[in-house]
Amino acid sequence: MVATVVESESAGAEAYAEAFDAAVAADERIEPRDWMPGDYRATLVRQMAQHAHSEIIGMQPEANWITRAPSLRRKAILMAKVQDEAGHGLYLYSATETLGASRDDLLDKLHSGRQKYSSIFNYPTLTWADVGAIGWLVDGAAITNQVPLCRCSYGPYARAMVRICKEESFHQRQGYELLLALSRGTDAQHAMAQDAVDRWWWPSLMMFGPPDDESAHSARSMAWKIKRHSNDELRQRFVDICVPQAEALGLTLPDPDLRWNEERGHHDFGPIDWEEFREVLRGNGPCNDQRITQRRQAHEEGAWVREAAAAYAAKHTDRLHGEATA
Amino acid sequence: MTAALALGDDALVLAHRLGEWAGHAPVLEEEVALANIALDLLGQARVLLSMAGDEDELAYLREERAFRNVQLVEQENGDFAHTIARQLYFSTYQELLYGQLAAGESEFAPLARKAAKEVAYHRDHAEHWTLRLGDGTAQSRERMRRGLDTLWRYTGELFEPVDGLDLDRDALRRGWTDSIGSVLDRATLTVPEGPQRGAWTAGAGRQGLHTEPFGRMLAEMQHLHRSHPGATW
Repeated sequence: MVATVVESESAGAEAYAEAFDAAVAADERIEPRDWMPGDYRATLVRQMAQHAHSEIIGMQPEANWITRAPSLRRKAILMAKVQDEAGHGLYLYSATETLGASRDDLLDKLHSGRQKYSSIFNYPTLTWADVGAIGWLVDGAAITNQVPLCRCSYGPYARAMVRICKEESFHQRQGYELLLALSRGTDAQHAMAQDAVDRWWWPSLMMFGPPDDESAHSARSMAWKIKRHSNDELRQRFVDICVPQAEALGLTLPDPDLRWNEERGHHDFGPIDWEEFREVLRGNGPCNDQRITQRRQAHEEGAWVREAAAAYAAKHTDRLHGEATA
Repeated sequence: MTAALALGDDALVLAHRLGEWAGHAPVLEEEVALANIALDLLGQARVLLSMAGDEDELAYLREERAFRNVQLVEQENGDFAHTIARQLYFSTYQELLYGQLAAGESEFAPLARKAAKEVAYHRDHAEHWTLRLGDGTAQSRERMRRGLDTLWRYTGELFEPVDGLDLDRDALRRGWTDSIGSVLDRATLTVPEGPQRGAWTAGAGRQGLHTEPFGRMLAEMQHLHRSHPGATW
């Protein structure tokens, strides 16, 4: 909570700003009714909406395999995971609404390309092993990014992230376990797992965003404690976590430059193809059009359902009202 | 274990159909709800199929003619109203069926007791949407009517005898007819007219006779598993 500010003309906006800065400095949570700078609000709406959009677009590449999951146990796990993602989308849109945004408006912005979602979902899921690679690498990278958000300065976002991170950690484990089963399975299954890791490794590293010196919003978000660690720091942490896991899986990571650096106490890794990252971000990834078209189509084809629900609710509110006043 | 297969296949096939909605639902809350129902059904299917044998062998390695589900559950999703009509017909049946099984002492009683809450929610979900769509806009009303009409001919099979299940089928039919009549009445719709089964006498789903879309559904569902014989996943 931000300390109560006496509202007087002399105190003015400056006192609010000071109270806000003091609260952030003291690691207190900013709550929806607290005063906050316009840019802080806008930054949060942008980031939280992008996160919500990523959850619902992220359902697509995995839902692609629900109907083909190779065992009933895997089918149940995958369905539950895709359902969790819809749930995460719901909490995040709700958390964004505490900042005055509306879900409908945010969805419009997603559908018209004015707001983004994580670029990783513009890559295709070509084999069953991709479901495992998404769990292990993509969800793993997401967790590395998201765990610090549980301490984000904005209360509703931080609290939503606590719950989301718990579920993401289950997602990551199921992906790892899926890949382990493939890696230890038949030669064809092992090859399928290796192929998936080969395709998902570099895009996963790109999920941490551009290098620190090129990141447009990083410095201010760090000052506001929306963000707690730099892109490069988190990327390094992720690489260090993945290397021993890949060994345990019996799979290799597709980077000839990957090696332990005793001096730094970290793994060195090869250069990331930022041109690919920018191209995918620009809309030229393998699935950008497909993802947004499916999302738009689901929304448009569902319009009559939402209208019906609204019409029904309105009729019944009227009827209740009519009965009460009759 | 014909009965375990019949009930298990119903649950499996409907779970699969509902799973096809993932990423296509009209509103985010329905992504969650439809997946939730699908997961409940898949859970039931796994228990039931395991009573009859190995769940994966049964789900992935049987041919179309060996499946014992009613034709109603294999029908394609269609639009949201079509899916809701299928849900209404089936969940109303399943709630009454599990009610009878839960009260009995067969090997299905424990599952039926456990699943009672789930199927009550499925029926409640379908009922609420039937009301909203039936009494919503002119368009939703027309779509709901069409869904109910199209699927009506598959509802008679729900009351056919199932080998190994000791059911009061008259009570099942009466309960179902009353319940559907009451929901449709509240939704300002009328109960479809016409026969509750097709004109073909060769039998239906419980005898392993299915409709064309079912073969394609199984082809998709079984393809990966069958491509790697003997593999574990």
